[in-house]
Amino acid sequence: MSGNERVDVLIIGSGASGAAVAWSLAETKMRILCLEQGDWMKSTDFPTNGRNWEARRYDDFDIFPNRRGRDTDYPVNDDNSPMKVANFNGVGGGTVIYTAHWPRMHPSDFKVKSLDGVADDWPIDYWTLERFYEENDHMMGVSGLAGDPGVPPRHPPMPPIPLGKTGSHYGKAMNKLGWHWWPSDTTIATTPYEGRAQCINLGHCTPGCAQGAKASTDITYWPLAIRAGVELRTRCRVREITTDEHGMASGAIYYDAEGKEQFQPAEVVIVACNGVGTPRLLLNSASGKFPNGLANSSGLVGKNLMLHPWPMISGYVEETLDGGKAPITNLWSKQFYETDRSRGFVRGYTLQFNRGMGPANQAITSAVTGQLPWGHEHHRVYREMFEHRVGIGVACDDLPEEHNRVTLDPVLKDSNGIPAPKIDYAISDNTRRMMEHGIARAEEILTAAGATRLYCSRTALNSPGHLLGTARMGTDPERSVVNDWGRCHDVKNLFIVDGSVFVTGGGVNPTSTIQATALYIADQMKQRLANLFD
Amino acid sequence: MDSNAAALSVPELDSLRTVAGTMIPADAALGVPGADDPAILHDIARSVGRDLLLVRQALAEIEAKSGGAFAALDRDQREALINGYYAGGGAAIVALGRLILGAYYRDDRVLLSLKQEPRAPFPKGYTLEQGDWSLLDAVRGRAPLWRDDRKELAT
Repeated sequence: MSGNERVDVLIIGSGASGAAVAWSLAETKMRILCLEQGDWMKSTDFPTNGRNWEARRYDDFDIFPNRRGRDTDYPVNDDNSPMKVANFNGVGGGTVIYTAHWPRMHPSDFKVKSLDGVADDWPIDYWTLERFYEENDHMMGVSGLAGDPGVPPRHPPMPPIPLGKTGSHYGKAMNKLGWHWWPSDTTIATTPYEGRAQCINLGHCTPGCAQGAKASTDITYWPLAIRAGVELRTRCRVREITTDEHGMASGAIYYDAEGKEQFQPAEVVIVACNGVGTPRLLLNSASGKFPNGLANSSGLVGKNLMLHPWPMISGYVEETLDGGKAPITNLWSKQFYETDRSRGFVRGYTLQFNRGMGPANQAITSAVTGQLPWGHEHHRVYREMFEHRVGIGVACDDLPEEHNRVTLDPVLKDSNGIPAPKIDYAISDNTRRMMEHGIARAEEILTAAGATRLYCSRTALNSPGHLLGTARMGTDPERSVVNDWGRCHDVKNLFIVDGSVFVTGGGVNPTSTIQATALYIADQMKQRLANLFD
Repeated sequence: MDSNAAALSVPELDSLRTVAGTMIPADAALGVPGADDPAILHDIARSVGRDLLLVRQALAEIEAKSGGAFAALDRDQREALINGYYAGGGAAIVALGRLILGAYYRDDRVLLSLKQEPRAPFPKGYTLEQGDWSLLDAVRGRAPLWRDDRKELAT
């Protein structure tokens, strides 16, 4: 094992949270190093550069690591889960392959115990994070429209993505029903923004944006953090966090690009590996002093995994709509977000209205759902569907349950021989009732929009599988892994800043809240530098 | 990717041609080729990639279901077999279907018949119309839908 020069701060993972915390801490002038197991991405490598752009979504840009199978990926045993794990391993992490949908969690999401008597409250509230949401919106570059009565006030710096034909069609249906709708906030630039080009409607945002209009942290936070002196080292796969005789983190052991084992000493270690990668790393860091895994005296590392069940309801209208020639993100509705016990469940969901698909993905999706026949009827049916598709996703709040968890697989390992994560996950009764309610409302909307051939996928093809809750935040060391500013209860120089610290997940895409929380933790660290370990 | 084309044996390529042509036949009225068109078939074969084993499995199962005589069946019989097999699910036939559709719907002739430009999205992109923003007037000015925890927990 070779040695490396000691750093003040070691960040493990360069995705949504790792990048934000690196940028924020850079102003301290501490020596900061980030280890990332993947590579830098090149915009010229993204699928929309080539004619096989749709096929690559199922290949080297699949959102599921087991299918994608890059040598920078690690396998995940998700056989015992109805939902699959989505991630990306590279500079930017999951922001490279997210849809750029940008809702915030609601104030009520942080106080579900106090307001609705379920799960637990966060030790912080929405209002604590509000200024970090705003700061992050400007750093990532958000397009949206202020004035939405469905959410607390926010101030997107760029105008929203056009409604297009599809959004107008949805809007008419929602007005007919009298339900709330609004153009979605998104991190897709609608104007030139901080060196990023504006969106030109490549229409295939998820597997990377060749135009660079979609914000991913490799093109937002990282250039600024590196300019400010942060070092980012790629192709470094961390095996374990080490501790000293005092029970403090002393650094990390990782494998470099040649597979050579290295030790990186550090004064402070920050884990930013997402809700699956982080518990995997902590559990793999078990030692004589921490026999059940690092920072796991509560036994909660890996537990309370929340994945966001996400039914998708689709249909087809007579009018020709936008198809796949624009960002898939279109509108949201908060009509059913807040608790109404008369619905038969607590908490709620966001309805997400999507645009259509490209020619091949339209065919692949409708074939899998049994709506597109093979043979002589194929062409007629296909032509009734292509560019006529409407679809609504139901983003369900997924309350924490300890039996939903990440553990270490006893057999499966990555290419460096590091034990892989195993997922055990089941959808709760409350969430199932929520899903059925959302499906029924989505069917009402699509029917009001004139759609036929309705189809529901309860755990959707390409469902996102957001990774949250597995190292939760709290004030009680017996009921949480990190304190109310991200420091591990058990190891006072070890911090966690990713979605693992979520106490609840809300009914929204989590990246905005992940980054706001990371910025908040970094801010707390900066304020406490003189007595960080007290 | 061409190495994968070589990996499919000649009998497998023959089977693939018949199966692909059954799944997506040519349509003279629409002016579109079938998926058994030589150029499309070549694209399919060279794109097998990581799904080679599944594609082989699907072709073998189709042959088995037809008693080894899929090509000898009439059109309706072949289509019924394929549709029944596909509806039954399974990774092999789904992979084969995805492979054929992915190659078919990027063929220039097919895209032109759908009034699509046969090109990659980047760098030209597409135009998205603004749509009717006046529709949002019905929503603007509504009372807030979100719960303010500060008010609720203060009472």
